[in-house]
Amino acid sequence: MSAAIQLAHGGGGALMRELIDAEIRARFADDALAPLPDAAILPSPGSRLAFTTDAFVVSPFEFPGGDIGRLAVCGTANDLSVAGAIPRYLSVALILEEGLSFAALRRVLDSIQATAAEIGMRVVTGDTKVVPRGQADGLYITTTGIGELIDGLRLGPEHVRTGDRVIVSGNLGDHGMAVMCARESLPVHPAPKSDVAPVHPLVEAVASFGDAVRFMRDPTRGGLASVAHEIVEGRPLAIELDESALPVAPTTQSVAEILGMELMHVACEGRVVAVVDNTVADEVIATWRNMPQGRGARVIGDVVDGKSGRVVLRTRIGGQRFVDRPSGELLPRIC
Amino acid sequence: MIYLNGFRDPLAAAALRARIADSASRLSAERGPVRLMEVCGSHTMAIARSGIKAMLPSNVELISGPGCPVCVTAPGYVDTAVEMARRGAAIVTFGDMVRVPGTSTTLAKERARGATVHVCYSPAEAIAHAQNEPDREHVFLAIGFETTAPAVTAVMHQAATHGIPNLSFLTAFKLVPPALQALMNDPDVALDAFLCPAHVSAIIGADAYRPFAAQGTPCVVAGFEPLDILDGVEAILRQMLDGRSFVENRYSRVVKDGGNARAQELMARYLRPIDASWRGLGTIPESGLGLRPEFSTIDAEVRFGLPQREGKPNPKCLCGDVLKGKIRPAQCPLFGTVCTPIQPMGPCMVSSEGSCAAEYRYAKGAA
Repeated sequence: MSAAIQLAHGGGGALMRELIDAEIRARFADDALAPLPDAAILPSPGSRLAFTTDAFVVSPFEFPGGDIGRLAVCGTANDLSVAGAIPRYLSVALILEEGLSFAALRRVLDSIQATAAEIGMRVVTGDTKVVPRGQADGLYITTTGIGELIDGLRLGPEHVRTGDRVIVSGNLGDHGMAVMCARESLPVHPAPKSDVAPVHPLVEAVASFGDAVRFMRDPTRGGLASVAHEIVEGRPLAIELDESALPVAPTTQSVAEILGMELMHVACEGRVVAVVDNTVADEVIATWRNMPQGRGARVIGDVVDGKSGRVVLRTRIGGQRFVDRPSGELLPRIC
Repeated sequence: MIYLNGFRDPLAAAALRARIADSASRLSAERGPVRLMEVCGSHTMAIARSGIKAMLPSNVELISGPGCPVCVTAPGYVDTAVEMARRGAAIVTFGDMVRVPGTSTTLAKERARGATVHVCYSPAEAIAHAQNEPDREHVFLAIGFETTAPAVTAVMHQAATHGIPNLSFLTAFKLVPPALQALMNDPDVALDAFLCPAHVSAIIGADAYRPFAAQGTPCVVAGFEPLDILDGVEAILRQMLDGRSFVENRYSRVVKDGGNARAQELMARYLRPIDASWRGLGTIPESGLGLRPEFSTIDAEVRFGLPQREGKPNPKCLCGDVLKGKIRPAQCPLFGTVCTPIQPMGPCMVSSEGSCAAEYRYAKGAA
């Protein structure tokens, strides 16, 4: 096998066959659904389905705490999980840049395989394309995921009421700051580490609370601030967040402060923001804190009556202010 | 962070808040609200992020001054940088410059059309970019106040001594004291005191504000942490109650009376005072720094034969009045309607340090 991806690896000929057989089928075509056809035939689950698609273009594609493969599987599975579904099936399409090393490709494929196994999700179909050097940044991945809805969970911002509590399962902004430090080669030691991880155990652990769990979301791009706005937008509700309760890793916070970033705007890839009935908030926190994914779980705010659609931060020093959505490209400040 | 948390302590903040309220209540009822200008953009940001305005009594107003380097950069400067990019130069710049409106375009729009614009975190990255692409001219956008100028000057020094032939600098450095004097001379601007910048003062020294204190304006140098700012406000009110005005350095853990002599020396070697055009304030004599003629080889204007252009700001944009503290951001007709952080019309909305952006993002959160 050659050391780097060539255009011919996407050409449909012998090289492509070798790539698919040696690297892809070898990893993923090992179960009853077998040999990774263009169209997978799936058993009918007898429940309602959740269906999602996602594209991953992260640069660099390997970063402290994870890589694009783990990110792709978790990102897809987590979208299903926070919709109240158990992640089941995954399609993976790879867009490889000519010149990508086989060693790097293998690391990413191993990571996809390991993460899917960790979740219990099966890769059942996929596609591979190769583009000329310069037309992709190493590799891109697109995925589609199918999950089965968990009975008894009815999630959505429309279920949120005054008096509910806002909970987060762990530290904010680790993924975004880890990628930014890696991308810009910022000399930070220790560097922030991505939190990329599956969140389905957190969701499944609170399914028994039923309707007392109103809403869940993974705060990816746009971070906690975007999720908070999504919850109250267009409703006669406001969210008050408590700055001193927001969980943040010291390293991540330091980097964010140096760069002038707001951690509430920065992506996580392994956290859940949940809104739950006040009567179960403590139990949800206790449940999550007993799990490795939820050790940092905390109540961070409240749903209150009031001017509709507002997200307010009670600051550590006793002031208060609005929390805005992020405005697009996160630009470092000059000083 | 454990160190910084000491400057964000809720109990200490509550105590300072009570002292401020007490001082404010003892100010004469006849006088209108006390108008304090926080000069520096990083103070504006910190005040907004910590929700400090919501903690102050109603007769204490914080006015944001012209201390965001991006906000005061004139449109003609952006036009000149755009022209250099169109001539093939790679532009290296601090991030928030890319969205600053020139007369008709921004560097972000030019980048989408194919211009090369590298956003950097440290000016030293300009050297690496220039060395990576030795056949291409690289222009570093050398803007900022006295805080930023020494770091850029250090890179100028490297470029000049190590011979980086394809790197030059488009300068628009600004100086804080001349701008404060211009504000004091403006009869339309009514200010009672200055909350002086933290890091600018680390370079120029607290003594630089003595002329303003001598003219009857209390000047308090404060750090950027929430407690620093509350402490600074409290110190200003105390001076006013005592009927005094002097320079009070409340940020002595960083700022010395004489400033940073090495930085001043390096700046003086490469830069000289020049008249500078400030967005909103107009041209202020000797309020900027340009390269000395003997370093014209690294001066982008000389290298490209392109003196900085005049440029025209959007006539409806009231950034000028905002920068002078004459109006609050929300009083500008464009604020929050056509002018937002996503689609900024004026520079005060562009930079996260800008007073309009800070107000838009963080406005007094009285829910």
